[in-house]
Amino acid sequence: MTDQRQTPDHLLRRLLGPAGPELGCEECFELLDVYVEAELAGADAHGRIPGMRAHLEGCPACAEEHDSLRELLSAAESTPLPA
Amino acid sequence: MSNPVGSVKRGPHDPTRAHPGSRQAEAEAWLQSLRSGGREREDAAARLDGLLVKAARFELLRRRAQWNRSGESLDDLAVQSADSALSALLSKLDHYRFESRFTTWAYKFAILEAAQLARRRAWQERELPIGPEEWDRLAESTPELAAGVAVRDQLRRVMRAIQTQLSAHQREVLTELVLAEVPIDVLAERLNTTRGALYKTLHDARRKLRDVVGSEADD
Ligand SMILES: [Zn+2]
Repeated sequence: MTDQRQTPDHLLRRLLGPAGPELGCEECFELLDVYVEAELAGADAHGRIPGMRAHLEGCPACAEEHDSLRELLSAAESTPLPA
Repeated sequence: MSNPVGSVKRGPHDPTRAHPGSRQAEAEAWLQSLRSGGREREDAAARLDGLLVKAARFELLRRRAQWNRSGESLDDLAVQSADSALSALLSKLDHYRFESRFTTWAYKFAILEAAQLARRRAWQERELPIGPEEWDRLAESTPELAAGVAVRDQLRRVMRAIQTQLSAHQREVLTELVLAEVPIDVLAERLNTTRGALYKTLHDARRKLRDVVGSEADD
């Protein structure tokens, strides 16, 4: 565990998870591409796909994949993907 | 990202703002080719595989620390990830709803497969860190971290509730995922279940814990 994650506040948040409705991992994957494109376009991704933001708060693996897809698209916008 | 279909022009730079008509045409061209037969399908699958390999490499480079001690090469892992992604994607073509670029939809399969592969490599030699005999110890020791009184009290109540309110399975899943930080796909593989099922268990366990600590923890 990293120092950041060890803080009691953070641990408490991770134990309790996000309050309110959230998607599951399968639904998250199903909608991830639409969500990330909406984010990058500056659209209301959260309004369009309710429950996604909460799931990304509660699920580190999905959050990592979200971040990666976002980074990949951002990188591909500026330069072609490396061969 | 090269334009996968020669006759369709991409919008400049920003794929999310490409002309909707061209995105639609691009996606339809991909689907038509991938659903056709013979040479056309092979060519489309090969072009798509090339894109998936690049996306998998991108993901694996971000996660080098997780797999580089396995002795495998980046290229081998990228090809493995892309192969898995391609077969997953081809079995789910009907799930594509034209709500994103086809390539964005495809990339997420490569990222998922590469991320899972890297996380599994990172854990392949490791036992699950916490057996049932250690749950009590962890639950007891963790609140000793320096913290404000309010947070410490809340944490104690949560730790107590983990022992008294959760089922054995909920306690195991919560402990491994949250306290021991075992990646959810790795745990799913070890417990012979799915990521979705594990998250549902985690979600139910968390809801019980939130009920215990009440609305003050809902921030
Ligand atoms: Zn998830």
